Amino acid sequence: MPIIKKNCINEMKLCFAAVSENEAFARACVSSFLSQLDPLVSELAELKTAVSEAVTNSIVHGYRNISGGTVLLQMRLYADRRVYIKIRDKGCGIEDISKAMQPLFTTAPEEERAGLGFSVMESFTDSLRVKSSSGHGTVLVMEKILQEKDDGSIESEFSDKSRRKHRTCTPLRK
Amino acid sequence: MPVEICVSGQTLTARLSGDIDHHTALAMRTDIDRAVRDTPVTLLILDFSAVTFMDSSGIGLVMGRYKLINGLGGECRIADPPAYIARVMKLAGLDRLCRIVSLARIPHREEAENNADN
Repeated sequence: MPIIKKNCINEMKLCFAAVSENEAFARACVSSFLSQLDPLVSELAELKTAVSEAVTNSIVHGYRNISGGTVLLQMRLYADRRVYIKIRDKGCGIEDISKAMQPLFTTAPEEERAGLGFSVMESFTDSLRVKSSSGHGTVLVMEKILQEKDDGSIESEFSDKSRRKHRTCTPLRK
Repeated sequence: MPVEICVSGQTLTARLSGDIDHHTALAMRTDIDRAVRDTPVTLLILDFSAVTFMDSSGIGLVMGRYKLINGLGGECRIADPPAYIARVMKLAGLDRLCRIVSLARIPHREEAENNADN
């Protein structure tokens, strides 16, 4: 399938080791890269959560019993405020995608995984595509169109506030 | 410390802070479980007011603690989650297992319960 790059205003590719410390790293990168589109606090939280789920799946499931794996995170921003996120691993793959996507399905109940990763990704993005082949890995593509930026109307005051909120750091409590 | 434990009477409050993901959830649940097993309490409050991020690992964390305290005959409540985290919780139906409360209201409830006991 040809990749449509029309109107793409920015792109990044990131490859990192499949270790759980990098779940927070991936979120921080998403957050930082998205700032160009000035997303709403809620949109940023949703995309960070979706990416966190996907990256965790790669680390926990994809590379279960496989060491030295890497996760690829690719993002594109489009002029129409569309965000494209691709997460790829070369792990064990998913045998039955539709089963894996069922809410509460988990391969590791003893680890207290809720089995809601895919449900969260689906509800927090506009589209989610999963391609996987057993033994070769999994590719996940998520897309979301961010809300238009407001242009000074009364309503914008509210969203400006919420936009500002995500730029302000949460005070650290010890 | 990602978890601050505070015991008052029959109530154990675990104040979680920072991001809750698959990486951090393990240490948090170990801390909470140790405290719950060491202290006989009937109410476990998971205070989410200082949580900055949570994915479905947090759902697993709450469900596991709910099972633990429920098995010991107690009750579990979630306090003050930020709006978007409350959304993730509702998506998972956690609000049907644990009441989502505001901490400001709980002392009054306790008082009422204590009075009822006396």
